[in-house]
Amino acid sequence: MAVVFEKPKALANVPLHYCPGCTHGIAHRLVAQALDALDCADNTIGVAPVGCAVFAYDYFNCDMQEAAHGRAPAVATGIKRVCPESVVFTYQGDGDLAAIGLAEITSAAMRGENITVIFINNAIYGMTGGQMAPTTLVGQKATTAPYGRQLVGQGSPIRVSEMIATLDGATYVERVSLHDAANVNRAKRAVEKAFRRQIEKKGFSMVEILSTCPTNWGLSPVEALNYIIKEQMLPVYPLGVLKEE
Amino acid sequence: MAICRIDTSACKGCGLCVNACPKGILALDDHNLNAKGYPPARLTQAELCIGCAVCATMCPDCAITVER
Repeated sequence: MAVVFEKPKALANVPLHYCPGCTHGIAHRLVAQALDALDCADNTIGVAPVGCAVFAYDYFNCDMQEAAHGRAPAVATGIKRVCPESVVFTYQGDGDLAAIGLAEITSAAMRGENITVIFINNAIYGMTGGQMAPTTLVGQKATTAPYGRQLVGQGSPIRVSEMIATLDGATYVERVSLHDAANVNRAKRAVEKAFRRQIEKKGFSMVEILSTCPTNWGLSPVEALNYIIKEQMLPVYPLGVLKEE
Repeated sequence: MAICRIDTSACKGCGLCVNACPKGILALDDHNLNAKGYPPARLTQAELCIGCAVCATMCPDCAITVER
């Protein structure tokens, strides 16, 4: 008998604080599996965001640094420049990266910093209680959009990956999803590739991971995967490699 | 022959593994709640497990170990 699946070594052996069915746990595991596969956890420095993943610094068996809200790419830039041989990544949600931190992620990509960004997009502000995010879908309800996001007045969602892919400094941008096992495995390959490219000094890499928020979407975890991600998010946020050079 | 071990203390009863299992042999145990108060997943027919690890792939809490 051989072990075909076990908890990765780079993931700390502590319970995650996330709500039941929240796919942050899967995304954490994908990062840890990539660090294990590349055998680089001892030489990795992660930067945690503000948001639901604020405690990410407790969950990885590598060095971690907390950043001010949205400023993870700027903090990662400093770390990478001081420790150029370390693997440096940020793990950010859409409230952190696509709202308050839009300037930092754009500037880091523009400068072509050799860091890896893991961007979790669940189209809502999770930690603060389900407010509308820049990534919220048109028509999707949030506590600050009780009738659903309105196209007139509130606009349509921002596609950060497409925007980052237009910058010359970004060399690898891919969007993946976690709505079924096949897509989780695709996401695993994308995350590992993003880290490998950093080790190969190929420049700025970002993987956007479509994720769920069953609690604030008001759906069961299974409904959240099927209903929102598969039926509503995929048409707005198409999957695939947006840039690789 | 495959073995699927579920750490019921880490399980939050989200049901993503139950939904994903291609053999339909996982269920949430509403009669034996864990210390957190969640109904943990359990195998209903362990002998039918094929060790595909799809359940573990979808588990957000790394509560499942699979051997084959």
